[in-house]
Amino acid sequence: MAPLLSARGLRLAFGGVKAADGIDLDVLPGEFLAIIGPNGAGKTTFINMTTGYLKPQGGSIAYQGQSILGLKPRAIVRRGIGRSFQLPQLFTEHTVLENATLAIAARAGLWSPWRRLLRPEWQEEAEALLERFGLLGVAHARADALNEGARKLADIAMAAALEPRLLLMDEPTSGVAAAEKMKVVETLVRVLRETGVTAVFVEHDMDVVARFADRVAVWSQGRIAALGPPAEVLADPRVRREVIGIETHA
Amino acid sequence: MSGQASRTGAGRLAPPGSRHRLELALAIGGALALILVAWAVPWLRFILTIALAKGIAVLGILLLLRAGQVSFGHAMFLATGAYTVAFLAPSVPEVLILVPLGGAIALGLGLVVGLFVVRYRDIFFGMLNLALSMVLYSLLEKLYALTKGTDGIRVARLTFAGTEPPRETQEWLMFGLALGLALVFGLLVRAYLASPMGQALKGIKTRETRLEFMGVPARHVLLFAYGFSALMGGVGGTLVAMTSRHVTPLLAYWTSSGELVFIAILGGAGSALGPFLGATAFELVRVYAAAAVADAWQMILGAVLLAVILFAPGGVWGILSARLKGRAA
Amino acid sequence: MTEWFTENGLLLGLAVLDGLAYAGLVFLVAVGLNLVFGVLRIVNVAHGSLFAIGAYAAASLGLFFAARGLPAWAGYAALLLAAALVGLILGPPIERLVLRRIYGHEESLQLLVTFALFMILEDVQKLIWGVQPVSNDGPMKLLGTVDVPFGEDVIPFTAYQLFVLPGLALLTLLALAWFLRRTLTGRVILAVTTDKEAAMAMGIDATRVTLLTFTFGAALAALGGALASPTTALVPGVGAQTIVLSFAVVATAGLGQIEGAAVSALLIGLGRSAAVYFAPEFEVVVPYIIMVAVLLVRPQGLFGVPETRRV
Repeated sequence: MAPLLSARGLRLAFGGVKAADGIDLDVLPGEFLAIIGPNGAGKTTFINMTTGYLKPQGGSIAYQGQSILGLKPRAIVRRGIGRSFQLPQLFTEHTVLENATLAIAARAGLWSPWRRLLRPEWQEEAEALLERFGLLGVAHARADALNEGARKLADIAMAAALEPRLLLMDEPTSGVAAAEKMKVVETLVRVLRETGVTAVFVEHDMDVVARFADRVAVWSQGRIAALGPPAEVLADPRVRREVIGIETHA
Repeated sequence: MSGQASRTGAGRLAPPGSRHRLELALAIGGALALILVAWAVPWLRFILTIALAKGIAVLGILLLLRAGQVSFGHAMFLATGAYTVAFLAPSVPEVLILVPLGGAIALGLGLVVGLFVVRYRDIFFGMLNLALSMVLYSLLEKLYALTKGTDGIRVARLTFAGTEPPRETQEWLMFGLALGLALVFGLLVRAYLASPMGQALKGIKTRETRLEFMGVPARHVLLFAYGFSALMGGVGGTLVAMTSRHVTPLLAYWTSSGELVFIAILGGAGSALGPFLGATAFELVRVYAAAAVADAWQMILGAVLLAVILFAPGGVWGILSARLKGRAA
Repeated sequence: MTEWFTENGLLLGLAVLDGLAYAGLVFLVAVGLNLVFGVLRIVNVAHGSLFAIGAYAAASLGLFFAARGLPAWAGYAALLLAAALVGLILGPPIERLVLRRIYGHEESLQLLVTFALFMILEDVQKLIWGVQPVSNDGPMKLLGTVDVPFGEDVIPFTAYQLFVLPGLALLTLLALAWFLRRTLTGRVILAVTTDKEAAMAMGIDATRVTLLTFTFGAALAALGGALASPTTALVPGVGAQTIVLSFAVVATAGLGQIEGAAVSALLIGLGRSAAVYFAPEFEVVVPYIIMVAVLLVRPQGLFGVPETRRV
């Protein structure tokens, strides 16, 4: 199966810190790929490079066989790569519904200076989207009034509204209260499976990884230290010591 | 417009339209009140026409405020419109040509300047606008052969649709034109602010990164608003020149831009009515206060601005709408 | 080229000398603005008014000293005293009563608040000193003129503008660099400038630092004004011009860059005085053209560090 996204020899260093030191990674169509690893290892950097926010110092990234290197974030988004953020990037002075509607409008280019944003067809679609993410109840709350779990979901819902083929999620459960966590993840997985999206997510919670990832990549000091099914990778003593060990201390 | 969403049935979650109805009622009531005052107190006609003209320019400031940006140089577009009238009136005295022409030239300038300034935000946006308006100011001041420097230019006689009516009729025509344009631009701005583009403008203020990651170039969104605001600045400027019949470089000085920003804050950025509430209040108070306390006029303005920002951030519109809503409930 | 030089050489020499003196003044104001921005994260639009009030106060104090029959050198003391007084009298109340309420707010709102302060201070100045020109060129006359050799010619130039202005600006730059790097308070200011959150986390008393910095910055603006006062007649509107010019310097250097402000002050000072002699219509425009040109190439200014947002 041809990979959806294919990174080869990616390199990027900040000062002396090597966030990516020759990364080769393929993302296969339809899979859920988790990236785990200690803080500061470069996991977010991978998402930032893939979405055009940071420029790698070397290597290549191809999406559906075409290089996306050097494209602006918005050009990459328009090709079908969406992302969500570790710190949710919502329009804080808009309601959740308006946020979602804006995202839907953005799919059409957002260029109408004329007709209302809250036009019936978009609003209905936004409501349907929020319903799937379990956010309909807070549709009229301002985005900055939500709790962390809802903010994360709203952030991902906005990325999903653009109907990406590949969705990159940066720590979708960090900051979410433990009691909410599994609910958030279950909602996510259900919605994403329904829409057939390929997903890459950076994650610290090994329970989440073990339950939902098809494959796990271990990112350590700018390199992929291990790659494979969760059962295999998480059982690797070196991974347990270096990654999970550090996690439990932190 | 407010009724539309609920009629089509999609408004299951649509917010109630009370605010929109209130806005509309206030706009109509305000327009009628202005006409009444202009009729009852003839010498105020001039003041009110200027207030409406400035209000149109301030609508442009309001757009930028929505994006969280303050321009301390917007008077350059007002001056562009005003000088267009002053330069061209001898050869093209027709008001109905000069007004759109002034607007168009300001729009052109706005798009050129905009290409540069929309790359910056916050302090830089505000101060770069200031600097560029100062460039225009010093050109107007120094190119004496063309502009007569600080003396300024007297606006030649004007025609209205080819006729040259007596003075009082002219005053009424200018007042009517300003009022009509104020209503038109007010409605346009309202529609724009409710549109995806207008809402994205507010997104620039809160989370510009997200806009980019939605595939939307934030700079283009801001450039559109900037061009629109320059257009309104230009139109306002033509009306100011036609009413006051005299233009000077001072129109472009950065403190004139500050005055426009002041009016926007005073009126409140929450509604397209704000600029007109602010401008009317500003010009009326100026007439009375400037005479009484000419030396401390700016100081009073400064104190009011501080008070509004620190204690009544919604401006006059905010106070009014809260009052009226409270009474309705 | 040679021909042009023989014809215009003297003018060029004058432009350079003028430019240096002017750059010295501009630096003093701009560095104050920059210092305040570094710590408070606020661009103080009223900074130009402090320059103007410093200038007026220095002229008045100088005239008062002279009327009292004090020796002529007291005129210099008046310049420094006036600057210190303006800083101490206006700085603390502005910081405590107004600016303190808006730290961390939107930048556009902060600009508006300091714009309001500008409006207030402009009228305070008019109420105290009126709108008629005020001038006291005593300190400048006292030092007389110096014949600056220039090729075969000499350029007579006032010693005040030749030595005192650039000299004091350089001294301020050195003293400031020493103060910021070698003293505890200075290091604290520098720490807050570089990373406010980290500095707070280390237990630095931000309230004191902001108060101190703002007062000091205000005094620097007033000093610029005081030193400028002997060279020109003071009229209303000086404040409005000054803030625009010093912002141009600061933006060209990069916000918060102290030493960088010296370089861009030189650039803009020399550029402006070249315009005064060779293209007077563009005198006022030159600083902005320099600024716009720099910002087009380097949006963060010559010495500024580009800011990347973390997502």
